[in-house]
Order: sequence, then structure tokens, then C-alpha cells
Amino acid sequence: MFSIFLVVMLVGYGSLLFLLVGANLTVVSWGEVLRVLEDESIQRAVRLSLVSATATAILAIFIAVPVGYLMSRVEFRGRVLVDTLLDVPILLPPLVVGLSLLVLFNGVGVWLCLVILAVGFLAMGLWFSGQGRRGGVVVFLGLCGGCGIGAFLLRGSGASLENLLTGAGVPVTFHPVAVVLAQLPVAASFAIRMMRSTFDELGTRHEELARSLGCGWGGAFVRVVWPLAGRGILAAGTMAWARALGEFGPVLIFAGATRGRTEVLPTSIYLEVNLGNLGGAAALSLLMILMAVGALVLVRLVMGREVWR
Amino acid sequence: MEVSSFFEVRDLVARVGDFEVGPLHFEVARGEALALVGPSGSGKTTLLEVVCGLREGQLVRGEILLGGESLVGMNLEAREIGLVPQDVVLFPSMTVREHLEFGLRVRKRLGKKERREVEGLGERLGLGELMERKVKGLSGGEGRRVSIGRALAFGPRLLCLDEALTGLDEARKLGVMEVLREFLRGGGAALVVEHGETGFREVEIG
Ligand SMILES: Nc1ncnc2c1ncn2[C@@H]1O[C@H](COP(=O)(O)OP(=O)(O)OP(=O)(O)O)[C@@H](O)[C@H]1O
Ligand SMILES: [Mg+2]
Repeated sequence: MFSIFLVVMLVGYGSLLFLLVGANLTVVSWGEVLRVLEDESIQRAVRLSLVSATATAILAIFIAVPVGYLMSRVEFRGRVLVDTLLDVPILLPPLVVGLSLLVLFNGVGVWLCLVILAVGFLAMGLWFSGQGRRGGVVVFLGLCGGCGIGAFLLRGSGASLENLLTGAGVPVTFHPVAVVLAQLPVAASFAIRMMRSTFDELGTRHEELARSLGCGWGGAFVRVVWPLAGRGILAAGTMAWARALGEFGPVLIFAGATRGRTEVLPTSIYLEVNLGNLGGAAALSLLMILMAVGALVLVRLVMGREVWR
Repeated sequence: MEVSSFFEVRDLVARVGDFEVGPLHFEVARGEALALVGPSGSGKTTLLEVVCGLREGQLVRGEILLGGESLVGMNLEAREIGLVPQDVVLFPSMTVREHLEFGLRVRKRLGKKERREVEGLGERLGLGELMERKVKGLSGGEGRRVSIGRALAFGPRLLCLDEALTGLDEARKLGVMEVLREFLRGGGAALVVEHGETGFREVEIG
């Protein structure tokens, strides 16, 4: 009986998923698929989707590997707090993530951000000096000083981050760069969780042994831990990529939904639905499903072969 | 002035959870191996790994001296102690040769001469045929010999063998013992945990 129950659950849920995917097929016609594929702004959306999701995944891994490693290996006071903070992007409503980005880049003076950062860095510097770690003190006091000087120079100018970046020739809000920034928080949070559990599972034996053979902590990480974490890194990267590909709320608010400029595939679906064109939207959904499945299969193929070099 | 021996443990107490081992006192001279004996669960592994610096948090009190220098609080990478852990712990991304060369490579001391010596060590441990193999899929006994070679090749001051002969046939055991004796003749010292007879001076644990 129990085995039948298990199978029924699997088949039941499996059918639901199958119908969910298949439902798109019923409203889609070949003509619609062709029209969508030939539409120039949608081609651009496909390209921006691929590029932005890949950039986001790379950035997410770049953040998640060190942060996940630290969270897995180092005990410190307030770890639970930091852990919760790292999950905030997952917990927040997507639109709030987008709105927060919009406000941060356009509504707050940079000098104020720098003051807050300087105070934070100062606290870190003091903490390190309490630990007697000179390197940490120098780094964080340096950062604190840098932010302090920046804040002093910008005081009273009221310039926002967007003003500064536009001045430097890289406008962000409602530009393609914003797509990546909008995708990043959620993707990175997921990647950090996955990397952390990867490092937790690996345990500390390998790196301890590598260190006993004479290399420093960093060396042990590069030579021994990194290759062992290969699978986990790939899995986290795929997860981040898939999340980024489907991200919509933050993108809509922070990057806008300008046809052919900041339009990614979820935006295209949204625009098609708004025009009452369910067939077009379904064709795009199909396209996204194919891309996600394709990425998954690709990763499986790569992982199937030896991950170790 | 007392003449300090090469390796010395004074009044050492280590604790893991509720388990406590010690206080222990012993000395090991250059060229000597000391066997730590005691029943299963008596704290032999705990003691070896405290000496190697893998479990700094478990050291309760006491002094550990190697070559007149205190190891307490020293970074584990600076101790120059070769550990063959009970659970072997190999690096799946590396070949057998890369394991043997590891300690030399991270010290940037891997020259022509050292490569030849590693080759010879591999031969004597019966790993000659396996040098280019990834360690994944090695047999238990092969893995243990890789672990022994890795701990020896960089020329440690002290060698800690935690049941390193387990899973080896008689001929291989003799081969490893020969390698160990040669290491001792070269002026090293060793701590050995074995359940069988080793012929070394023994210290009772627990
Ligand atoms: N992480 C741990 N937490 C709690 N107790 C531990 C831990 N590690 C080891 N112990 C306990 O410490 C005691 C000593 O363990 P240890 O591995 O040093 O024994 P041993 O003498 O090497 O035994 P064996 O001959 O079986 O290898 C055991 O009772 C073990 O259960
Ligand atoms: Mg043991």
C-alpha cells in the first residue's frame, strides 16, 4: 500500500507539472511561434535575457563562494543575524527588491551611504583590533577612511548614486545594467545557500590535512577545497542562472519595460499578456521553458563527465 | 640544565565533548619511534591530531615541544609534521604523484632532485605503477600507502602514523616499516598507533 501511495503522489504531481508545461501548447500555433521568433525586439529580449542571466550567475558565484565558505567555516557572534540578512532578498516581495534598488540609486545621497558604510567599517576595524588581527584592522580602517573622505567630498552635493554613475558614463536605472542588478540579489541569495551547504557537506578534513602538509588556509582552499566544490559551484551557478532568467518583479521596477531596450523574456510575456495576446505569451513561455531545460541538460552533461578537471 | 629531547609532551590533557585524555608525559628522541597503545576509544587519534594542530580547540592544557620549540598555538601549516590520518583523506582531484609531491610543491621546493626522490619513494611504497592515476578508485591499502607517502615526501620533522598499516598485507607492512626505519635513520621521529606488535617502545594511553 505504501509503495502505491508513493507512486500515486509522484504520478499525480508529475502530471500536474506536465499539464502546466503542456497547457502552453494548446494555445500556441506555429504561426505564433514563428512570429515571435522573427520579432526583432523579442530577439533582442532573448539575447538580453541570456547575457544578463549569465552575467548575474557569474557575479552570484563570485559572491557566493567566499560568503558561503565563511558562513560555513567561521563561528562568530551575530552569525544567525547575518544568516537571516543573507536570506532577505528571498523573503522580500520581488517588487520591494526592485523598489529598494530604485530608491538606493535615485533617492538617497551618496554621502549618506558612505557615512553609513564608514561607520560599519569602523566597527569591523575595532572588532578586528579586539581580536589582535592587524591585517583586518588595516584593511577595514582603510576602507573606513576611504568612505569617510568620499562622504566629506560629496557632503551637501546631494548627488545620488545614479547621478554619479551617469556622470561617469554608465547610466544604470532603466538601462540594461539595471537588469543584472535587479536579478542579482535573489540569485545570489540562492547561490550562497547552496554554496554554504556544499561546504558544510564537504567538512573540514581535506583542508585541515592540506594545511598540515604545509600550505596556508588560502592555499588549501585553492588547491583542495575549490576542486572538491566543483559540482556544488556548477549547481549553484545553474540555480542562479535559472532564477535570473525568470526574474521579473525587480526588473520591471528598476530596469523598466522598454520594448527592445530593457526587455527580457519575462517582460516580453508581460507585454504580450497586456496586449491580450495569449498565444504570443504562450509561445514565449515555451521558449523560456526550452531555454531553462536546455541549460539544465547542458549542465547535467558537463557534470556527467568528470568534474575534476 | 636538563637536556631537552627532540619531541616532548608534558602534562598534556585534551578533551572532546565529555571525553578526556591525559595527563600524558613522554619524550621521543631523534631516530626513535614511540608506539601509543590503548584500547579503541582511548584517545589515541585525539592525541595525534592535537599534536599535529588539527584540533587546537581540544587542547586543555600542557606543553608540546618539537626541536625545543613549543607547538602550542603554532599554525598547523608551520609545524612540519607529517600526519597519516586514520581515515586516510585523499584529494580526489589529484593523481598519486600529485599527492606525494603536495608538501614539496606548496613549499616551492619541488626541483629535479626532489622529483626523483618522490619517484623512489613511490617505488618503495609499491605505488610505481599507480603514479599517474587519480586517487578515486584506489583500493583501501593503496590509498593508505598514498597517504603515507604524502606525509613523508616533504621531509617532516615528526611523523604521526594513525593505524597506517591497516589493510596492508604482510609484505607491504614490511615495506612500509622499512621506509619508516629509513626515515628514522635520517634523524626524524615518529609517533605510531597500531593495534598489532610494532617492536617500538610503548606508551599506554588512557
Ligand atoms: N567529535 C567528537 N565528539 C564527541 N566525542 C568524540 C568526538 N571525537 C571523538 N570522540 C570520542 O573521543 C574518544 C576518543 O576517540 P579517539 O578517536 O581518539 O579514539 P582512538 O583511541 O583513536 O580509538 P580507535 O583505536 O578506535 O581509533 C572516543 O570515545 C570518541 O567517542
Ligand atoms: Mg583512532
